[in-house]
Amino acid sequence: MLTEKILFYVFAAILIFASSMVVTVRHSVRAALFLILAFFTTAGLWLMLEAEFLAIVLVLVYVGAVMVLFLFVVMSVDLDQGRLREGFGRHMPLGLIVAGVVIAEMVAILTIDGLAVTAPDQPAWVGSNVEAIGMLLYGEYIYPVEIASVILLIGIIAAISMTLRGRRQSRYISIADQLAANKKDRLRVVNMPSETPEVEPDKDDSDPGEQS
Amino acid sequence: MVTLSDFLVLSAILFTTSALGIFINRKNVIILLMCVELMLLAVNMNFVAFSYFLGDLHGQIFVFFVLTVAAAESAIGLAIIVLLMRNRGSINVQDIHELNG
Repeated sequence: MLTEKILFYVFAAILIFASSMVVTVRHSVRAALFLILAFFTTAGLWLMLEAEFLAIVLVLVYVGAVMVLFLFVVMSVDLDQGRLREGFGRHMPLGLIVAGVVIAEMVAILTIDGLAVTAPDQPAWVGSNVEAIGMLLYGEYIYPVEIASVILLIGIIAAISMTLRGRRQSRYISIADQLAANKKDRLRVVNMPSETPEVEPDKDDSDPGEQS
Repeated sequence: MVTLSDFLVLSAILFTTSALGIFINRKNVIILLMCVELMLLAVNMNFVAFSYFLGDLHGQIFVFFVLTVAAAESAIGLAIIVLLMRNRGSINVQDIHELNG
């Protein structure tokens, strides 16, 4: 039990350090790297809460996909760090005061005796956490899962359609031009005198297949 | 023993830190998106803590959906940032004022 408490406080300290570095560090790339540290630490805390599936999903989806996307964008856009930091020191004192007051209020409320619930003896599910979550997701929550998949599809379509530039020299056809065209724009009938070509029959044009 | 209120206080501190980050980094859209991600993380930690200490698995299902929506949101937000960078050459919030009346 003491080990658990020590682990919790170590993880909590790392998490608070990482999150405060995310909001105060100068370069966006470093902020993204500290955010990755925060996600990893949170995954550790969730493992302590026996939420194995969510901890793995957090590492795979967030660190593996979302943060890589973040780093990709941060490194590909050219940031003007000087202008983006304007007003940083000016808003800092007021922000710190407000944050301190909010934290003090929340701590005062959240440390009442009614919330000092200790861990239950055994988890609320039987067997593995992944199996229990799978039974719930594909049983009781099947319609929300469908809606979530539609939301992800909308995300894909929106991100692609916003950033797709299209080919510059693409040969597309304007449908309005096509519909507005009529016969006399396109077709020209020319009167020409008829001619008969002079046929020169070949003498030795013999097909070997037809010889009997 | 680690109690429920320890986790609640931790996620309250995390949430307030990211709110402070939105306060002081008002020019940089990328940092703002990261702060939103941290806020969602704090809320998710509340859900997981309640789910564990009250013995109810439905909280973890909710976290799953929050993660889904947050992934879609960050993808679209980053696409908007790429568009801003391409069209305006800057991601400063002050430069985004086309919709001013």
